[in-house]
Amino acid sequence: MIFIWAFIIGGLFCALGQIILDNTKLTPGHVTSLFTVLGAILGFLGIYDKLVKLAGGGATTIISNFGYMLYKGAYEGFLKKGILGFFTGLFTYGGAAIVSAVVFAAVLTLFFKPKD
Amino acid sequence: MMYNFFLFFHNNSGGGLMNKDEYQKLVKKHEPREKKVENVLYAFLVGGVIGFIVEGIIQVLMNVFLLSRVDAGVWTSLIVIFISSLFTALGFFDNWMEKAKAGLLLPTTGFAHSVTSSALDYKKEGLITGLGSNFFKLAGSVILYGILSGFILAIVKVIIHG
Repeated sequence: MIFIWAFIIGGLFCALGQIILDNTKLTPGHVTSLFTVLGAILGFLGIYDKLVKLAGGGATTIISNFGYMLYKGAYEGFLKKGILGFFTGLFTYGGAAIVSAVVFAAVLTLFFKPKD
Repeated sequence: MMYNFFLFFHNNSGGGLMNKDEYQKLVKKHEPREKKVENVLYAFLVGGVIGFIVEGIIQVLMNVFLLSRVDAGVWTSLIVIFISSLFTALGFFDNWMEKAKAGLLLPTTGFAHSVTSSALDYKKEGLITGLGSNFFKLAGSVILYGILSGFILAIVKVIIHG
């Protein structure tokens, strides 16, 4: 069942993004930023963790999950360490995506050239 | 009889011309809309398939490597980011992005693609002024607004719920 929901939720997020791209003047940069903020808001409202439980990989692979992770890290950081935790906790969950994107991109850039 | 014939002729030629014009108008009106519907379906399918595959990798890591769901999720996003970075570096991910549009843009694949493609594009302009300053050219706004919204909303949550 989780596979079906993964397909549906993953698909719905992308379809919604495509509708915004096609019907407004927003660029892909706007849409990805918008969905990241949307993820943080859905996390704040307690909706995103339900989506993750329901759809697993379908929800965690969307960029909105990044916003949700940052929000979750900051909030749980506060619960552990108080005000300092907002700053130290923010990247607890979302950090891996940035670190891996940076490392893989940097290493691959050594070996590859841009096409044309 | 003559009148009928004239009417028939008139209707036929007039109608024919009208139809042609109307047809042209209809084509112009519906072409972008059909393209839009097609785009949305494509994005839905690609996004759905990616969600499905990602869940599959998570399940394999959980059941074969006995990882917790959280760890399996992180490993999976590392795998997805590596594969999309590699495909970007190999040069064929740009074409995929153009076809699948939001289907590849909104999953983690889009984030990895934006970092790797700007790294590759600005590599020749030097390590600092090229690679360094343009590394997050496209992904920067995602990180910036992600941090700001996450930080602010966490504070709001603390104020509301304690």
